[in-house]
Amino acid sequence: MIAGPPILEVQNLSVALPISGRMVPVVTDLSLSIAPGEAVALVGESGCGKSMTARAIIGLPPPGAAVSGSIRLDGRELTTLAPRERRRVGGRGIGFIFQEPMTSLHPTLSIGQQMTDSLRYNLGLSARAARDRARELLARVGLPKERDLLNAYVHELSGGMRQRVMIAIAVSCDPKLIIADEPTTALDVTIQAQVLDLLIAMRAESGLAMLYISHDLEVVAEFCDRAIVMYAGDQMEAGTPVACLKTPHHPYTRGLVDAIPHAGETRARLSPIPGQVPALGFWPGGCRFQPRCPRQDQRCATRPDLAGVAHAEVRCWHPLVGDAS
Amino acid sequence: MLAPPGGRRIVTATLLEVAGLSKSFHLVHAVRDVSFAIGRGETFGIVGESGSGKSTTARLVLRLVEPTTGLIRFRGQDLATLSKGALRRERRHMQMIFQDPYGSLNGRMTIEQLITEPMEVHDIGDAAERRRRVGQLLGEVGLPEAARHRFPHEFSGGQRQRIAIARALATEPQLIVADEPVSALDVSVQAQVLNLLLDLQQRHGLALLFISHDLRVVEFLCDRIAVMYLGNIVEEGPKTTIYAAPRHPYTRALLDSAPGRARKGAALKGDIPSARNLPVGCVFRSRCPLAFDRCAHEAPKHRMVAPLHRVACHLAEE
Repeated sequence: MIAGPPILEVQNLSVALPISGRMVPVVTDLSLSIAPGEAVALVGESGCGKSMTARAIIGLPPPGAAVSGSIRLDGRELTTLAPRERRRVGGRGIGFIFQEPMTSLHPTLSIGQQMTDSLRYNLGLSARAARDRARELLARVGLPKERDLLNAYVHELSGGMRQRVMIAIAVSCDPKLIIADEPTTALDVTIQAQVLDLLIAMRAESGLAMLYISHDLEVVAEFCDRAIVMYAGDQMEAGTPVACLKTPHHPYTRGLVDAIPHAGETRARLSPIPGQVPALGFWPGGCRFQPRCPRQDQRCATRPDLAGVAHAEVRCWHPLVGDAS
Repeated sequence: MLAPPGGRRIVTATLLEVAGLSKSFHLVHAVRDVSFAIGRGETFGIVGESGSGKSTTARLVLRLVEPTTGLIRFRGQDLATLSKGALRRERRHMQMIFQDPYGSLNGRMTIEQLITEPMEVHDIGDAAERRRRVGQLLGEVGLPEAARHRFPHEFSGGQRQRIAIARALATEPQLIVADEPVSALDVSVQAQVLNLLLDLQQRHGLALLFISHDLRVVEFLCDRIAVMYLGNIVEEGPKTTIYAAPRHPYTRALLDSAPGRARKGAALKGDIPSARNLPVGCVFRSRCPLAFDRCAHEAPKHRMVAPLHRVACHLAEE
């Protein structure tokens, strides 16, 4: 673990969205902190609230969302800032990488315009200085110098190149924290490997803290220091990603690991989690995982607190311990 | 002519045999000279990245897309020469499952109508028998009998994929072509559908052509695997050989790039070239770490390097 006061500290974050006339919880009471240089992963299936957590942190929740709790960036509370001030603090302090670079980059603005906008707004650079810096950044993310990418448009670039541009924009104002939401999911395997390597290298180079959102524990295990496993808006387990994979303590984490075929798999059948992820607005009371859980009993009608099990934190009345069979 | 390059011997009785299959869309060479065979009851996987031609190959096999050249022999008949009517009759024995369980089921039809439709098209049974069969099929894919009167939108992605499987099974096919059938599903539900496919395959002796970009899923499910790159099969062999001892530099790179396999860092530089502008010689040479002069002017032919294992690479000669 890396020492030092956290770059990001989120406490009791809850998010609710208006869905057919009522407020439906999508994230419940989530707390996490990221130290300088640390990479923390939010892992879970679709609808678990991992992306919504990221959007709440950067101050861009969907319209009508109710966000409560505390979000501190480098010691400064963000939730009480005026929108303009929050944009200023967040714009410089947090770089964001979205899953789909095709839709998150502007189709009719040149790459140069998109890159220099934030440089001029956040760093107050002149047009010329901003272009020079943009050119530098594109080289830094491994894009070919011989191509005049500043005057290119998104549609002229491949998926991997677009994601490199996104990364260049995300780090352009020297943020303290990068939030990456499934940045490699839309990419092919060989390109995914390139982009992951780039993120890992950038992090090592500049000591960036990172919040990495993914549905894949195995991707996360490669470079994240800690993983938080979410299910139905709730944190189920937190620990090192390798420990989550090898010795999961929460029955949901265990189920997730057993459901995926692994390299060199010798099982004749997979072990699926029965049932399905409950839809938003239909989450059960108590432990959210209990209707699908093999260890469920009457205690699970009450929501368990996060408790330490071995080196992990687990929200479960009946955590798996020992050989976790 | 029908024997795939290298005179490969098929262990089980051949159900589907494809030879020299190519498809161009205007200037784009989507599939080039693809040959493979699938035995009865076998699971054959095609892996590749986007633009590799794997989905086009799946559609060509069913003649949902007309091949530019090549032979497709299914149950001993050349599909290309069949008349429209004969082709339709033959389709009863081959069915397809698509990636998107939201877009592939007509939302205005009940589940019963969806599952009966293929039986009506192929004139199987009378109305009462078809209704009985719907119940039986729903049971097979693990859905309640009551599902028959409901509509697709009332079901989750995993359940819809079960409905698509029930529909595919309705005509008792011998071959199911599944194009990324679990890619759109959450991991916890993927396993349910993969297990179901395995069970049904064993119970009915189905052959499965499984198309996927997910190396972990393919390794789990398939007996034999073909690796495609830019419209070409670059390597084909038994699952265990391909994963333990790949011979083509692209297969190696693909495996080295996959998460969960002790990745050693990005194995390949650069992007997949456009299929409009294919490299001359070996299609992989622009990204191949081992490319040498010969690769630039001569496309490698397939060579058998072990029983059932063939590779299209000049370096596989030694």
